[in-house]
Amino acid sequence: MSYLALERLTKAYGSVLAVDALDLTVVRGEFISLLGPSGCGKTTTLQMIAGFVEPTSGRAMLDGTDLFGVRPNKRGLGVVFQSYALFPHVTVAENVAFGLEMRGVPRAEREQRVKQTLDLVGLTGMADRYPRRMSGGQQQRVALARALVIQPAILLLDEPLSNLDAKLREEMQTELRTIQRSVGTTTILVTHDQGEAMALSDRIVIMNKGRVEQIARPDEAYARPASAFVANFLGKTNVLSAKVVNEGNRQVVDMAGFRLPVPNRSLSGAVTVTVRPERIAFVDDPAPGVQGRVHTRVFQGTHWLFHIETELGALIVLRQNDGVAVPSEGENVRLAWGENDLLIATSGAM
Amino acid sequence: MTANPKLAPLLLSGPALLVFIGLVIAPLVMTALLSFYDWGQYKGIVAEFTVKNWHEVLVDDYYYEIFGRTLRIALFVTLIAVLIGVPEAYILNRMTPRWRGVFLLVVIGPLLISVVARTLGWALLFGSTGLIGQALLTLGLTREPVDLMFTETGVIIALTHVLVPFMVLAVLAALQRLNSDVENAAMSLGAPAFTVWRRVVLPQIIPGVLSGSVIVFALAASAFATPAIIGGRRLKVAATLAYDEFLNTLNWPLGAAIAMILLVALIAIIVGSNRLIERRYAQVFE
Repeated sequence: MSYLALERLTKAYGSVLAVDALDLTVVRGEFISLLGPSGCGKTTTLQMIAGFVEPTSGRAMLDGTDLFGVRPNKRGLGVVFQSYALFPHVTVAENVAFGLEMRGVPRAEREQRVKQTLDLVGLTGMADRYPRRMSGGQQQRVALARALVIQPAILLLDEPLSNLDAKLREEMQTELRTIQRSVGTTTILVTHDQGEAMALSDRIVIMNKGRVEQIARPDEAYARPASAFVANFLGKTNVLSAKVVNEGNRQVVDMAGFRLPVPNRSLSGAVTVTVRPERIAFVDDPAPGVQGRVHTRVFQGTHWLFHIETELGALIVLRQNDGVAVPSEGENVRLAWGENDLLIATSGAM
Repeated sequence: MTANPKLAPLLLSGPALLVFIGLVIAPLVMTALLSFYDWGQYKGIVAEFTVKNWHEVLVDDYYYEIFGRTLRIALFVTLIAVLIGVPEAYILNRMTPRWRGVFLLVVIGPLLISVVARTLGWALLFGSTGLIGQALLTLGLTREPVDLMFTETGVIIALTHVLVPFMVLAVLAALQRLNSDVENAAMSLGAPAFTVWRRVVLPQIIPGVLSGSVIVFALAASAFATPAIIGGRRLKVAATLAYDEFLNTLNWPLGAAIAMILLVALIAIIVGSNRLIERRYAQVFE
């Protein structure tokens, strides 16, 4: 049963479609990410839901009522901004209490709920600080507490973690997920960081140029991207040109001599093939594969990143740092992957 | 180079410092010294130390009245400039850049016209046969012709017109430093537009309002042309008083004492009110 339904939501600036007929249904309690490069319309979508931007057309039904018929300050949505947008002239407690004050919650209950929420986000004992005196991570938590304390119908997060450093961002991701699970608030996150989207969400909406490319569970979108754009955006991938040929009574895909059976019989001729870098293995010479030479080798702690020149073009390969020796730069190697690691599409479709 | 690196800042700021000392500090010090010189109807200015000029200004009710009027006018002008300038700056800030440019020019426009020309314009409107008086009479809002010439109200109106742009510019600068998400945040938390303004925007632009007020107050209290034309001899303020002492009575030392007292009073009022407001809004002054 859908809780929030966006129906053909559109925003045009002049002749430019920032958001083009977006359809999305969100289940109660779900964590959804809008993912895409800057200018893909994800933030505009969020701002239309929040009411900061007028939609050009389309509807947004929240629990059976038309959201666009309600004034922004009556929608009861919690918003966390990239800049945090805290009120710098009042204390943390007053920041968090603001929404409750606007709702006419009596003082005693207000103080109680502010305290509870600050405890929830791990800011116990910081109520009387001023935002300017806090670190980015702490300000982030204040912003989250301020949005959560009003028990919003939906929590809208606009790139909330992008101003934090990498380590803190990872910590906050875990914490955000934990808090969201424990409170159960339906959440929409806008982000350009695919790792963040995959780590946090139940489902990802991948957007490009105002249009939805794919809506899927993170693992699903990663394993079966609906387009080359999605494949490229969700982590690194190798895109190869190949062709489908007949070999005896079966069809195979030929990648510079390296042949693998094609599961899909409807394909023929020139095709585009994508292979994830972590699915490519080094094999010994007699085995079938693609010949190449290691151009660069970069150590990244948990794994090695190779750039390998082959007949198919430059390929990237990731190898887990499991203690097994890896080829060094300049070395000749043989690469192979399995038929299940392939995504094949007719050329031009991708 | 063998120059002492510690001297570099001093040498670099030297030219500006010299100009400042030559054009601001020196005349000020000379005026201060002059205020302690003696003066007589027949002997003119005599280089003898005396405090009689200061004494005269500080004990005579006549001067109290003039200084009181000066500060009252400056205070009202500042208040009205805040009431007009702050909303004006807010509206300007919400405009698209193109329209903001156009209207900013309209706002600053008055500054491009000579104060004298502008004030004479007001004089035309203010007289009992002027546009304002006649209009009020025709509309039946008053029975007697209203004459704003030579009144404090007239001076306040004309000065406000001249000084509002300074308030607008100061507040606009503060508004442009404001994080625009903050207003959306307050709105999403349930605040109606006016509450957003009162609880979130206003407290954050207080520094801008304060610096605008300091400029407007100081300029209003030391204004000369507008009070001279609209107020005339009947309605003296500190600046016109000092002018008359210098050029009509030729009592330069007394004029200097008046100028110095005006300066000291202004500094005291501005510094005092700054302290008060900065303490009240400590969090936004950083």
